[in-house]
Amino acid sequence: MRTAAVRDHGVVVALAALVVALSLSTDTFLTTGNLVNLLDQTVVVGLLACGMTLCVVCGAFDLAVGAVLAVSAVVAVLVTRSAGVPAGYAAGVATGALMGTVSGLVVVLTRVHSFIATLALSIVYRGLAVVITGGAIVYPRAAQLDAFQMIGWPTALGGVTAATLVLAGAAAACWVLLAGTAFGRRVHAVGGNAEAARLSGVRTGPVRVAVFATSGACAGTAGLVMAARGGSAQPNLGNLLELSAIAAVVLGGTSILGGEGAIWRSLIGVLILGLISNGFNLLGWNPTYKQVIEGVLILCAVTLDQFLRHRKT
Amino acid sequence: MDVALERVRKSYGGVTVLHETSLDLPSGRVHGVVGENGAGKSTLARILCGAVRPDSGRVTVDGEPVRIAAPRDALRHGIALVTQESAIVPALSVLDNVFLGTRGRGSGRRSRFAALAARTGFELPPGARAGELPLARRQQVEILRALAHGARLIALDEPTALLPKADAAALLGLVRDLAAEGTAIVLVSHRLDEVLATCDTVTVLRDGRRVSSGPAAGLTPDGLLREMVGRPVETLYPDPPPVPDGAPVVLAARDVSRGRAVRGVSLDVRAGEIVGLAGLAGSGRTETLRLLFGADRMDGGEVTVAGRRPRARGPAGTTALGMAFVPESRAEQGLVLVRPTAENLGLAALPARRLVRRSTELRSAAATAAEVGIRGAGLDRPAWTLSGGNQQKAVFGKWLVRRPRVLLADEPTRGADVAAKARIHRLITGLAAEGVAVLAASSEVEEVLGLAHRVLVMRDGRIAGEFPRGAAGPEDVLALAGLR
Repeated sequence: MRTAAVRDHGVVVALAALVVALSLSTDTFLTTGNLVNLLDQTVVVGLLACGMTLCVVCGAFDLAVGAVLAVSAVVAVLVTRSAGVPAGYAAGVATGALMGTVSGLVVVLTRVHSFIATLALSIVYRGLAVVITGGAIVYPRAAQLDAFQMIGWPTALGGVTAATLVLAGAAAACWVLLAGTAFGRRVHAVGGNAEAARLSGVRTGPVRVAVFATSGACAGTAGLVMAARGGSAQPNLGNLLELSAIAAVVLGGTSILGGEGAIWRSLIGVLILGLISNGFNLLGWNPTYKQVIEGVLILCAVTLDQFLRHRKT
Repeated sequence: MDVALERVRKSYGGVTVLHETSLDLPSGRVHGVVGENGAGKSTLARILCGAVRPDSGRVTVDGEPVRIAAPRDALRHGIALVTQESAIVPALSVLDNVFLGTRGRGSGRRSRFAALAARTGFELPPGARAGELPLARRQQVEILRALAHGARLIALDEPTALLPKADAAALLGLVRDLAAEGTAIVLVSHRLDEVLATCDTVTVLRDGRRVSSGPAAGLTPDGLLREMVGRPVETLYPDPPPVPDGAPVVLAARDVSRGRAVRGVSLDVRAGEIVGLAGLAGSGRTETLRLLFGADRMDGGEVTVAGRRPRARGPAGTTALGMAFVPESRAEQGLVLVRPTAENLGLAALPARRLVRRSTELRSAAATAAEVGIRGAGLDRPAWTLSGGNQQKAVFGKWLVRRPRVLLADEPTRGADVAAKARIHRLITGLAAEGVAVLAASSEVEEVLGLAHRVLVMRDGRIAGEFPRGAAGPEDVLALAGLR
């Protein structure tokens, strides 16, 4: 039981310790500007991690989110050019959801392990982004640029960016979906034991497709945020961000073996990764070591997870 | 070399499958071990060869206790096991498989292989990939491997189950030859005739205990059967409530088939009726239940509940008609062990689209848990914290939330202790009294006879016959099932 407690509360303690350590060791950490900046930097990986959490709890991986992000961003910009900013935003999210649905259908129908299936699909999607753009960077029209970038603006809420609020909203929605609905119960059951779920009358196929669709919608939203920040979109946007998302999910203590996990855990995972980055910046440490620390942390989290699971069976 | 088991004991998750059991296995003798499914025979054989570690007790070789923590320890002491599920490496050649784990390579192996083949009379192509051999021939590879390791004690678990008669006779002849050369043999088998014909001594296990042990001479198959089955059935099982006259047929199956496992099964179960499904391992009991529930796809045939066919494919369709299914393996098919018990109890009755409140979920689960008598650490704790018997009750419980019309139960009391068993039996008869149509399959003939109004006996994927309640004893059922 004691090791389970490490996972249940350890991440919270680790987050608090990081905050305390950075507050004490730097003058700059606890400034409004830094904190607003820190939150804003977590938005993209945070959005991807929300969708990824649903997938991982359902016993699947979505390695295509980085590519879905790129296609969604490109589509958002192109639709903005021809039909205006609101339509562009809607198109970005819708594209993500649609591509997620396609990933889900491929995983369910081919029965190829989601890890491999979505890896292959991510290559396809990247290719699609290149085809759509012709390999070039795409921009909204000059007159639309201000409106298109509004998601990156600070808001009245203490100056946090609109993007941060978007993440908060998406996370809240995913949280309720996973922890408080009948659908969420099915997601847990399919991830924990797909055969038992099926033999209890749960239609596992639609559940799987739905989590991929959600993950796609989250990636589409993340694509919007990136395109808005940069004021442009290009085919290699968000490259390898799927790995950061999985890292955050795992670090938070969601089991990669499926059936156990929570959105709040992934948010903490995202924050821990963000704080480590932020700390290296503020302390002026060599960022090369950052990767080493992140990698070791992820390994520790996965090892703990497997150890806990092993004892149960 | 004389091997002995001394007071070995083994339990899984609170259920003792082998009570303190001792066994002497002198060299040059063939020792038969018989018993019903779940009596502890395979556990015994697996402890001997290091595949399972006993909770207490020890293995001795020539009176000296030896430490056997893994199969390679057993092999070092000259003990080998040949199992039903063959332990070969499919991608390697027959030759490599035979000498797997031995030192030395190269040309010496071929001549040693030829010598072993000559000694046993097995005609195996040394260069062929082992995975391409049929199951029965893979067993020969394992026997050769045991001999190549210089095994002085060979345990054979159901070695003739897959063999045609002539091959089985040849194998048993080899067993006698090996014994004559001084090897000790443990023969675990369902086939009492061959046990009596081959073995010097026979041990009967029942419910994980040694019931008797003695020379095979003078024993009869009927006598062994009586010892295997134990006390008379009537004392354990009360009569189920009678099926009302004119109770309608709820579950109807016509010509249900799948491959060679299920070949045209037709049956009717009326409201309030408990029908038992008996048969040996591999007779198609489990497969039939899975087909009726839609867990596997049928090649042909039709299943209806109260005259209606399922509208969707698979369990989603049959559960919508009110079917409930208690599968063979609760850990793999019945429960999501990492989720709380409360969620498991609610799983089969989740609303299509709605918010789920934790408090409501727990309250509903508490009512179900009380009904089926689940005792454990708490309903908000993962299901794996429950003992085997309580897990089994939970599998039943999840179906009770939406009152089922049909209950299909495969091995309903597997791994449950005596108290949990009685509780589950009461549960089944109680459901029948409410008008649920019950079809229950079990490898324990005693249980099927005790529970059911009517017993269907399966053999080779077909229904071989039917006995009304009280018309047959375990011996009759086993005879019809093809045991002898």
